[in-house]
Amino acid sequence: MTLTLDNIVKQVGTQTHLYRMSLTLQPGLNVLLGPTLAGKTSLMRLMAGLDRPSSGRIVVDGQEVTHLSVQQRSVAFVYQQFVNYPNFSVYDNIASPLKLAGLAPHLIRDRVQSVATLMHLEPVLKRLPAELSGGQQQRVAIARALVKEASLLLFDEPLVNLDYKLREELRAEMSEIFARREAVVVYSTTEPFEALTLGGQVAVLSEGRLLQQGSALEVYHHPETVRVGQVYSDPPMNLLEARLTAGRATLLSGLEFALPAHMAGLDGLYRLGVRANHAGLQPSGPDNLQLAVRVDLAELSGSETYLHTTLSGAELSGTAQGVPPHAAHLVAQLPGIHSVTPGEQATLFVDLRRMFAFDAQGQLVAAPQRLPVAAAQHPLGSR
Amino acid sequence: MKAALPRATALKTPHLRPRMRPGSVLLPVYFILLMLPIYWMITMSLKTNEEILAGFSLWPRAVTFEHYREIFTNPAWYSGYLNSLTYVALNTVISLVIALPAAYAFSRYSFQGDKHLFFWLLTNRMAPPAVFLLPFFQLYQTVGLFDTHIGVALAHLLFNVPLAVWILEGFMSGVPREIDETAYIDGYSFGRFFFRVFIPLVRSGIGVTAFFCFMFSWIELLLARTLTSVDAKPIAAVMTRTVSASGMDWGLLAAAGVLTIVPGALVIWFVRNYIAKGFALGRV
Repeated sequence: MTLTLDNIVKQVGTQTHLYRMSLTLQPGLNVLLGPTLAGKTSLMRLMAGLDRPSSGRIVVDGQEVTHLSVQQRSVAFVYQQFVNYPNFSVYDNIASPLKLAGLAPHLIRDRVQSVATLMHLEPVLKRLPAELSGGQQQRVAIARALVKEASLLLFDEPLVNLDYKLREELRAEMSEIFARREAVVVYSTTEPFEALTLGGQVAVLSEGRLLQQGSALEVYHHPETVRVGQVYSDPPMNLLEARLTAGRATLLSGLEFALPAHMAGLDGLYRLGVRANHAGLQPSGPDNLQLAVRVDLAELSGSETYLHTTLSGAELSGTAQGVPPHAAHLVAQLPGIHSVTPGEQATLFVDLRRMFAFDAQGQLVAAPQRLPVAAAQHPLGSR
Repeated sequence: MKAALPRATALKTPHLRPRMRPGSVLLPVYFILLMLPIYWMITMSLKTNEEILAGFSLWPRAVTFEHYREIFTNPAWYSGYLNSLTYVALNTVISLVIALPAAYAFSRYSFQGDKHLFFWLLTNRMAPPAVFLLPFFQLYQTVGLFDTHIGVALAHLLFNVPLAVWILEGFMSGVPREIDETAYIDGYSFGRFFFRVFIPLVRSGIGVTAFFCFMFSWIELLLARTLTSVDAKPIAAVMTRTVSASGMDWGLLAAAGVLTIVPGALVIWFVRNYIAKGFALGRV
C-alpha cells in the first residue's frame, strides 16, 4: 500500500494547524519528527480519517479515500495516552477489532494468542486494563492495533508516557515488529534519538509545516535548513554567526580561524552549525576550533552531561549587530557525569570537520562529509 | 545519649494519653438532631392515636401495626403509592431515554449555540413549577392527559430532562474521546459502540441520574396534585385525607410518611458511592 497526501491543508477556525503539504508514504517505517505543536497528531488524524482535511486529497494505492469514514478504512491507531476499553478484559480488548470483522471464533483465539505472546501479555489476558501497569496498558493498545493487520498503522508518540526503562524495552521490540510488517507504519516522536534508532524514512515537521523528508540518516546528515538541524538534534544544534572570506571565518567575537575543506569557497555572512556531541572539553582531532566560554550550568541526562555555556565576548557584539542573544549560547554533550561551577571559564573544542554552514535564509550550503563506515560511530555517540 | 533516645520518641507517641477531640462529641450530637424527626415519625406510626395524644413518650408503650395494616389493605391508600411509583418510574425512564443522546451530543460535538443551549436547559430548572401550573392544567384538560400517569410524568420532564442532561454530560465528558475514536477505528458502528461500550462506561452516572429524577418526581407535590383527581392521585395528595371532621389520624399519617421514605432510601442505597459526584453534576 502507498499512502499519498496530496496538497493537504488543515484549518480549525481561523488557525492553520497544517500548511499545504504533500507527502508519500511507502510500506515500512515512516517517522514523523517534530517538536510539540508541530502538527504530527493533526497529520496522523487526517491519515486515519478521524479528521477531514480542509483542502487536498488523501489517496491510497491510487484510490481517493479523503471522505471515507474511519470504519471503511484499514487503519489502526495507538495514542500517546493509554486508550483501552476499560470495561473489557485484555483479551476482549485485543479481540474487539476481529470480532467486529466477523472472524470465526477459533481464528480470533489464535490471532489474539499470537499477538499476546508477541507483546508478553498472556499472563494478564483475563484482567481489566485498569489492573495493569502503564507499560502493560500501552502493550494492550499496541496489541489491539497489531492484531487487526491493518494496512496503515499509526503510532502517535506511543512511548512518551512510559518511564525510561520501559521505553527502551518497548522501542527495541517495536522496531523488530515493524521490520516484519508489510503495512505503512507511521510513528511520531519529538526525539531525534528515537527517529535515528528506529530508522526508516523520516519527515521533519515544525509549526505545521513539512520541512524535509528522506531516510533517517540522510536527513540527519543533510538538514536542508537551520530549522531541520534544530529539530533533528537534541539539544538543538549550536549556531555561530560568522563572516566567511577567502577560506577564513571571523566570528562576531572577532575570533578568526581557517575554514575546513568542505566549506571552501563560501563568501559572506553565514550561520555555522555544530551539534552538541561535536563540542567538548577535549580536542577530538586535528581541526578543532577553540572557544573561550563561560559555563552556565551542567544538565545531566542519563550518563551524559549537557554543558550549557556562553561564548565570551559575544554577548555584546551579538546583540549590537541585531543577532538574537541565543547565538552566543553553546551546548556541549560530554560523556560521563561532570560537575561544574557556574561562572567558571573554560575552553570548548568544536570539531570543524563536523560543522554545517547555512546561508542568511537558513538554507544548508555545506555539510560535513560523512565519515567512512569503518570510522563511523553512532551519530549521537554512545548512548 | 543512646539510652535516652527511645524514651524521647516514646513520649511523642499519641497513644499515651487519649484526648477527646471535638469531632467525637459534635458528630453524635449532630446525628441525634438529624435523626430525631425521623425517629419520632417511626415511633408515632407504631403508637395508637390515644397514646400520641396522651402526652410525651419516647417509645411506644403498646406497639401497634394497625396503621400499616390500614394502608396496605385500603385501596384508597395503597393506590396512592402505586400511582406515585408509576408516574415516577415512567418519568425516570423517559428522562433517561431523552437525556442520554442529548448529553452525548453536548459532550462530544460542538455546534452553533451549543453552550447557550446547554445553559438554557439549566435555567428551566430555575423556573418555579407554579408558573407552569395553569397552562398545564388547561392543556391537559383539552387533550385528555388530565388525571393520567403519563400526564404527570410528562409534566415532570420539564424539570428532570435538563437535570439529567447536565449530570450525564458531566459523567460522559469524563470518558476520553479517544475511546470513541478507537471504537470507530476498530470498526464499531455508532449504535453498537454507544450501547456496547459507552453506556456501560457511564452506568454509574446513569444510576445517579435515575436517582435524581426519581427523587424530584417523588417529592414534587404541586404539579402532581393539580394535574390529577382520582385515577392518578399521588400519595402526597392522599395523605391530606387524614384530616377529617373527627380530627386528625396522627398514627396513620405517620405510617404513610414512613412509607414515603422507604423507596428513596432504597434507591440511595444503590447509588451511595456516586451521589457526591451526582450533586456536583458529574463534575468531580
